[in-house]
Amino acid sequence: MKFIKFLIVGIVFGIVMAKSEALSWYRIQEMFRFQSFHMYGIIGTAVTLGIIGVALIKRFKLRDIDGNPILFTPKDKSVKRYLFGGTIFGLGWALSGACPGPMVVNIGYGFVTFLVVLAFAVIGTYLYGVFQKKLPH
Amino acid sequence: MLEFIQNPWPWWFSGIIISAVMFFLLFFGKSFGFSSNLRTICSLSGAGKKVKLFDFDWKTQAWNLVFLVGAAIGGYIAHQFLTADEVPVIAAATTEELKQLGFGEAKSIQPEELFSLESLFTLKGFLVMAIGGLLVGFGSRYAGGCTSGHAISGISDLQVPSIIAVVGFFIGGLIMTHLIFPLIF
Repeated sequence: MKFIKFLIVGIVFGIVMAKSEALSWYRIQEMFRFQSFHMYGIIGTAVTLGIIGVALIKRFKLRDIDGNPILFTPKDKSVKRYLFGGTIFGLGWALSGACPGPMVVNIGYGFVTFLVVLAFAVIGTYLYGVFQKKLPH
Repeated sequence: MLEFIQNPWPWWFSGIIISAVMFFLLFFGKSFGFSSNLRTICSLSGAGKKVKLFDFDWKTQAWNLVFLVGAAIGGYIAHQFLTADEVPVIAAATTEELKQLGFGEAKSIQPEELFSLESLFTLKGFLVMAIGGLLVGFGSRYAGGCTSGHAISGISDLQVPSIIAVVGFFIGGLIMTHLIFPLIF
């Protein structure tokens, strides 16, 4: 039963990604062609509220449901891994029109083609694990 | 009310809900990062025996897999029960530029030229999907996160690595859209 809350939040996420058309390949194309405000509005609103909320959590030292402090772990300092990894990700994002979350939402929506995209995303993740040591980080 | 639900939802509403999703996960003692699931699926499939990155107890990430299942159910619910007309209103300039590349008018939220089963069973159609997925999976783990982990969670915490990653997302997306698309479509 402790998992039900994650299921509910996941369902809400899936519905909103679908209903705001953030899972659409067309919407991602509009974004990368700078021809619509839609995706920028979605991400911009989420980030603006996110920055305010995270600052409040830190300011008031808020705690989670189990009473533990909500902590934010700084990511490792580097430029290469984020720039190279991010660029590779962006190439795939524009091509398939979906990042990992929307891939799954698309499958539920009924686009079974995304089963192939998701399967290859898992393979891609595996290949990164295999070559991790040889890549610049 | 019914009309609001059945029409496409506005960007501001979507943005509010996505930030709420992030805050609920923080309140539950977790963090919002979807691509971690790809790593968990590798671990679950036994990849940890061979590759160190996948050698961890996947059960600690079971909550995120439940979130993933929820996301798929959400997509199903949205399509089956909450959508009246699924032809998206795409910017005229985008429609025109995509026409030059051979994409017709949008008939649903995904172009049939890429996402229909007919297309998937052609060599080119299959390769586009496979390579797209491969790049997203490889890149998200290399960068240590995807749109949810970096663009939403990381930037909300004003983390410089996440800002660099999002710059990378755009470099890649712009190269694909403006330089590679004209070569492959």
